[in-house]
Amino acid sequence: MMKERILAAYDPFVLPFVFGMTFVLAYCLVALVKVLIQLKPADRQKFFLSLITPATIVKNIRDLFCDCLFHVKLWKRNKVLGYMHSSIAFGWFMIILLGHVETVLYIPERLHKLYYPIFFRYFMEVKGETLQGSFFFFLMDFFLLVILSGITIAIFKRFRSRIVGMRRTTKLTLTDRIGLYSLWAIFPLRWIAEGFTAGVAGGSFMTIPINWLLHNFMSKPENFTAAWWAYSIALGTFMTVLPFTRYMHIPAEILLIPMRNAGLPVRHTRKGFALAMLYSCPSCGVCIDACPMGVQKKNVQDATVYMVRNLKRRNPKRSLEIAEKCLMCGKCAALCQVQMDACGLRLAYRTSQEKEHNQIPADFGYLGAVDPLPQLGEQKVLYYAGCMSSLTPVISRSVQQVLKAAGVDYELMDKDGSICCGRPLMLSGRQEEARKLIEKNRQLIEESGARILLVSCAICYRIFKEQYDLIGVEVMHYTEYFNRLIKEGRLHVRNGHQTLVYHDPCDLGRGCGIYDAPRQALRAVGQLVPAAKEREESICCGGSVGSLTLRYEDREPITRGALDNLTANNPEQIVTACPLCLKTFGRFAPVPVADFAEVLAQNLEQA
Amino acid sequence: MIDFGYGLTPSATLKIEKVDNPLFEALHQLEPDVSKCIACGSCTASCSAGVFTEMSLRRVILSLQRGREKETLPMLQHCMLCGKCQLVCPRGINTRHLILSIGKVYKMEDKAL
Repeated sequence: MMKERILAAYDPFVLPFVFGMTFVLAYCLVALVKVLIQLKPADRQKFFLSLITPATIVKNIRDLFCDCLFHVKLWKRNKVLGYMHSSIAFGWFMIILLGHVETVLYIPERLHKLYYPIFFRYFMEVKGETLQGSFFFFLMDFFLLVILSGITIAIFKRFRSRIVGMRRTTKLTLTDRIGLYSLWAIFPLRWIAEGFTAGVAGGSFMTIPINWLLHNFMSKPENFTAAWWAYSIALGTFMTVLPFTRYMHIPAEILLIPMRNAGLPVRHTRKGFALAMLYSCPSCGVCIDACPMGVQKKNVQDATVYMVRNLKRRNPKRSLEIAEKCLMCGKCAALCQVQMDACGLRLAYRTSQEKEHNQIPADFGYLGAVDPLPQLGEQKVLYYAGCMSSLTPVISRSVQQVLKAAGVDYELMDKDGSICCGRPLMLSGRQEEARKLIEKNRQLIEESGARILLVSCAICYRIFKEQYDLIGVEVMHYTEYFNRLIKEGRLHVRNGHQTLVYHDPCDLGRGCGIYDAPRQALRAVGQLVPAAKEREESICCGGSVGSLTLRYEDREPITRGALDNLTANNPEQIVTACPLCLKTFGRFAPVPVADFAEVLAQNLEQA
Repeated sequence: MIDFGYGLTPSATLKIEKVDNPLFEALHQLEPDVSKCIACGSCTASCSAGVFTEMSLRRVILSLQRGREKETLPMLQHCMLCGKCQLVCPRGINTRHLILSIGKVYKMEDKAL
């Protein structure tokens, strides 16, 4: 039987907690309003609509549980880190929830007091045991144990991050440290505080032994207010500094998840959706190890976590440097626990810079004079090689060889010089200029009557997929198309039994999610060996047009790093599916580098 | 050289030592690669925009060095930033950033717009 022990239902020790809690709630509310006001009206409408769309509601709830409480993504990546985060997050959630359930069950009239469920054990005493009561005691102690185990790992990790598989971790700011130490202190203090009161308020396997110990060692174990003060101060400190530390990601992610699921774009570097993203960065540092530029120590400071930090602090000089240096390979975003749109943030920065400072406006008037393409029949394939492929003629030659072998009727789109696809312009922040190229290309393609647009460049493929909205035209990367031809039995290849390793180009893999088609086709012509890191973790070749300021000398170590990764299993040949990767790897590769089409062309079954 | 006044075209003599070029210095600050150029012309030969227009990065860089940017700045309006010049440059010049930097340092004359 539970009964109220402190009839006033108040003690001054609750004040630090109440202050912290009120402050953090007020801060989050203001931030929420700010983010919503900063959204463009159309985006805001889209967001609110998504909140009442059943499909997104389900997705939101699922993501909130999986990401915020259980950290499913982190579990898949690293079991120890996954356990550490989910034990603290889920354990804490359960303790708060159970505290409220107990209050509702035993003393519902106190529920309106913010602090009551948190300090429930202090205010209550137990008179005779019931099964229900013991059950709650057990659950509370169980989740306390879960959290404490997580905290132990966290403390261990702080000193030896390699133990949990992280090579580099972020440098903490002063407020981060205050937040961190108060977070570490909260649960051990709660354990002691509840241990003190366990004699009167009841407890279970964690708190009762502490109570026995205290009774044996202390002359007056009834003086337990000091322990409760310490617990409340730790909570209050954590809550008060929370908005200024990385722990802001805890409340911010609750907003970020529905905003992300609503499909909002990043339009600004620190307003609206971007602000929600900046708040959500947990500063975990996964992006530091992910960044291919990290092969050089001087580039560690250019990882996404520091971009976020500089944007938050409004440091325009560093923000610009980081925004312009990035290769835009998207690996940090692919591994990011909160799915930060790292490239989108940088792109928004570049776009604002170009708008503000570019004094030579583009003039693409000459595009008007470009001749229309010949009319294609229903079955004809239009092949766009792209700018980069014209520097690697082996690609377009091989593609044509394969197309002929498969008996495909095709037409070249850019035999008399190509109009760029627009992605390099877009990546350098010139969005409106890129739109003009896109419009011209779109008009050319649609007017030709082509059914399939075949692209042999991963960079072009991505923008064709993302920005073109071609009506009635299927855009296909040649890896997809040739794999389809092999499957349909139109293209006959033989297996040369060479060991091949496949490099996932950033824009094709992480950009468009094409990982399997090239691999399936390559298995038909050779023996595919894995790279040390591949698929979404593949390493950029270093040649990316995404980086604006990275110098030639600084690209070489990245390329060498990527090559080391690819040659981990001693392949006889490196195969890539992007002209830029081919060109970049070709400079330094210890084994021959070939294009995907080239390998197929070499292994065509002679009819 | 003394100009006797009998030439059919105006003198094309360059007095580089007399060129006071603070803009070029500013550009050099932003992108030091600009001074690496050996005017080989690979960029011009491979240029995507060069197929359709008179765009020539080689000429742009030369004119900037000589303080005669007015002649060539309009060419840059045609650049699609595709980056082919960067791949072929034997000096490894970051041409895309150079072109973006020129746009931040130099201003087009209004009549050329």
